Amino acid sequence: MMITRRQMLILLPAAAVAWESVLAGTPEESPNYKMSDHWWGMLIDIPKCIGCGNCVRACQTENDVPDGFFRTWIERYHRTDWPMTESGPITPNPLIAPEVISPDGGKEGFPVATDESGKYFFVPKMCNHCADSPCTQVCPVGATFISPDGVVLVDQTYCLGCAYCVQACPYGCRYIHPKKEVADKCTLCYHRITKGLTTACCEACPTGARQLVDLKNPNDPIHAFLKTHVVQVLKPQMATGAKLFYNDLDGSVR
Amino acid sequence: MSVFKDAGHLFRFAGLFVLAFLVFLVVRHYIVPKSFGQYGHYRGAAIGEIAARPVKFAGHEACEACHSDVADKKNSGKHAHVNCEACHGALASHADDPSTGKPVLPDTAVLCARCHTASTAKPKGFPQVDPANHYPGPPCESCHQPHNPGMDAPKTATGGAK
Repeated sequence: MMITRRQMLILLPAAAVAWESVLAGTPEESPNYKMSDHWWGMLIDIPKCIGCGNCVRACQTENDVPDGFFRTWIERYHRTDWPMTESGPITPNPLIAPEVISPDGGKEGFPVATDESGKYFFVPKMCNHCADSPCTQVCPVGATFISPDGVVLVDQTYCLGCAYCVQACPYGCRYIHPKKEVADKCTLCYHRITKGLTTACCEACPTGARQLVDLKNPNDPIHAFLKTHVVQVLKPQMATGAKLFYNDLDGSVR
Repeated sequence: MSVFKDAGHLFRFAGLFVLAFLVFLVVRHYIVPKSFGQYGHYRGAAIGEIAARPVKFAGHEACEACHSDVADKKNSGKHAHVNCEACHGALASHADDPSTGKPVLPDTAVLCARCHTASTAKPKGFPQVDPANHYPGPPCESCHQPHNPGMDAPKTATGGAK
């Protein structure tokens, strides 16, 4: 086939554009998704969480999470009042030692509380999709990584199941899959967010306590939210670059 | 070149090293996956493989495309921010092919209680009732339409207590 100069001049810029999209990375099934346009995280609005367990069940359904293992779970904190006697406190400081329960990860909700004392609140937990994640740094074979759009993923065909990453995660968000015998964790529903959907947990949350955020999208409401709210990440002292933002997080949460 | 006199064994050894290195390069070429190192120290193709997994929750936009009447009703009431599949469960299979069976209607006695059972652990502003004392007999939908649960909302169910 002969290519005229005219055709060449048209083809060259087209090839340049195509090569750019190759460099940006295009997951096979999502031709319109460009990884370099996104930087994913999540906002968890503690005052909105009612501990219904919808997110835990939705995650298990969406991702075939085996029973007894969790990619996301809910903890119920009870920061008790601190009874003082003349000889000093009789219980440990509730800010340091709160009562925490998480029956079956909160999958079927929580037992009814009738105690009016202290402060109760629910803390949904999951992978923090850290920008400097300890778990990816320790993998000896390069089976877990931070994708160019900021999601911590596991290549399960490459993972050896050594569980080093399970120990490295300071948030306890990884486990070894009992059947596959490789590391498994929250993918931030990567198969959904690359198709323009939100995560299963966000889709199922009835109160909007969980919101998927794209920090590279200038129109994402997260930017206004971060300016006007007291937002915290878990274990900031570990400098993991966590992207799971907790609004109104109590100081007793570990 | 008296320096290299009687040095043949060194050359043979060096040759062996070069050969071993070439074998290493060839073996490495075949063992390391093609996309390894495309974005970093991992298999770049893994990203596409993870992204290609099937979806089970269709997302509320898919529901609203067909069930716009229900969506309008829901969006005018207190459950406006509750997505369809939060109550009805994962229904991507139904959204892909609506002919594959009718989705099971949730049991309101279980469903409503999951969120609205009174507990001092829940946020104070959230509407909560004690299911044992709040009209324990009839099902919730006798009085409250799940898609628009306010008491002033029109009721279509019959037989409920006033």
